[in-house]
Amino acid sequence: MSAPTTRLGTVPAPTRPRAGRRRRERTLLTLRLVLALAVSVVLLFPLYWMVVVSLSSRAELLGGDLRFWPRDLTLENFRRVLDSFPVLTWFGNSVAIAVVVALLTVAVNLLAGYAFAQLRFRGSGVLFLLALSTLMLPVQVIMVSLFRLVTGLGLYGSYWAVILPTAASAFGVFLARQFLIAIPRELVEAARIDGAGHLAVFLRIVLPLSKPLIAVLFFMSLLQTWNDFAWPLIALKDNALFTLPIGLLYLQGQFGSDYGGTMAFALLTVAPMVVLFLGFQRYFVQGFARSGIR
Amino acid sequence: MSTPAVRLPRTARRPGRAAEALAGYTFLAPNLVLLGVFVLLPLVGAAVLSLQRTDGFGAGRFVGLDNYARLVGDGLFWRSTLNTALFTAVVTPLSMALGLGIAVLLNSVLPGRAFFRSVLILPMAVSGVATALMGVLVFDENSGVVDKLLRFAGLPAVPWQSGGAAAFVSVVLVTLWWRVGFNMLIYLAGLQGIGPEIYEAGKLDGASGWQAFRHLTVPMVGPSSFFLLIMNVIYSFQVFDIVFVLTGGGPRNATSVLVTYAYDTGFVTRDQGYAAAIGMVLLLVTLAFTALRWRTSRSRDLVG
Repeated sequence: MSAPTTRLGTVPAPTRPRAGRRRRERTLLTLRLVLALAVSVVLLFPLYWMVVVSLSSRAELLGGDLRFWPRDLTLENFRRVLDSFPVLTWFGNSVAIAVVVALLTVAVNLLAGYAFAQLRFRGSGVLFLLALSTLMLPVQVIMVSLFRLVTGLGLYGSYWAVILPTAASAFGVFLARQFLIAIPRELVEAARIDGAGHLAVFLRIVLPLSKPLIAVLFFMSLLQTWNDFAWPLIALKDNALFTLPIGLLYLQGQFGSDYGGTMAFALLTVAPMVVLFLGFQRYFVQGFARSGIR
Repeated sequence: MSTPAVRLPRTARRPGRAAEALAGYTFLAPNLVLLGVFVLLPLVGAAVLSLQRTDGFGAGRFVGLDNYARLVGDGLFWRSTLNTALFTAVVTPLSMALGLGIAVLLNSVLPGRAFFRSVLILPMAVSGVATALMGVLVFDENSGVVDKLLRFAGLPAVPWQSGGAAAFVSVVLVTLWWRVGFNMLIYLAGLQGIGPEIYEAGKLDGASGWQAFRHLTVPMVGPSSFFLLIMNVIYSFQVFDIVFVLTGGGPRNATSVLVTYAYDTGFVTRDQGYAAAIGMVLLLVTLAFTALRWRTSRSRDLVG
């Protein structure tokens, strides 16, 4: 959990290593480095290949002798995709749905997590187990009846058909409870004795202390909703309300084997989250570590 | 910020248990309402629906256990169950072993560890659909990169789309690409909780690198393994995006899994009662596995 520098510091050389040992250590280090590079190349290759194909001309892709770097870079695939499909609308839908779900998730899970972590009341243990047990429930088990429910509520084909069931996830409750349990109860009780109501305690003490938790919950929910496929596929019908993954599949169906166009669009859907992920991953990793899921 | 918003007279303070309970239920209400309406209610609905015969999306007719009886004689259901089990049995140990191996590598002295970690967990940020489409691109039978490499190495072409076994392998490989980062991340968190003095003691006792890994690292990351086992198995039972986009369950149902079968039944042929029954089977299998795993791990902890 500590920073790399301190961990490097835990590998000491109490006595000056002799030349032979030092050489062995250097070989070992080189070996590790080569291994890490090899694994990285394998894992990065598909992403790299997506970029290359999206920037290659149709003629070159059809020609068959694709190189690992195209001769003439072109943006024609991006232009073709943007001209043929309401990509910007789909992008906007994805942003709207993901942001609303993430905000809802943060609010709902923070409140519930606080109640489970800090408040004592009858039935709290049972309710927590109930919430947790829904974690084990595959969404696909309930997809048919959830579809009927959403249709019955008149939500089918609307944003809310995606938003409300997606926000009802128990994972955040678990994460929030684990995080908020670390707030000393004395702090909460002192504020209560000073006369603060539960809401005031929540807003003035818990909320300011929860910034890392809020960041993790928001980002994880955003990422998950952005990439979600099965449920939006079922809940949306109108082309104009599609999210990016559904649009991507729709486009692939229309474009057939136009790999250039498909990969150009795939890149557009993947890039925002990859950038956010690289920026956020430190908190993401910490969030996992601090929540005690190990 | 230091003065509370609500100031009660000093005599009326001592916040009661009733007030705390009321606050607890109020704070839980939004969450419980969402879970109740969109998870628990549909779960009950699924159980009821699985006992019905439905025509399209209309109201069903109660037929008792007919749907379940039909499952017993349904070859495609058994094929999908077998595929799901096989997928789980292959993907779970492989992604855990690879994840642990890479985590150990990244936890050792290595320049640029932060960089490597970023690279390795990057696939987690990619959607399942985009991942599967990259798989389509890489494993294409005519123009795919993998076949180009095979040809270059003088090896025969592999029928990734037309051969059942090859298609199954491609689904597994694409899944591993997507999932290994998550396993690595959890193991890395577990490894960082192990103090270096344990390894130093092991070294003094003359343990080799492999012995230290086998007898120190593996037991020490036990809790991570337990968590990952459950997560990987549950994920595998529910695999959908990758199969749906990469192979669509084909060729000739060679990659059909329970969830794609349930989806096809519920939303393509619109036999919703039957689809709900498939879902209930999936739920029972998940519960059985979780319960079994929970018990064995508890008893092992008590013994060991």
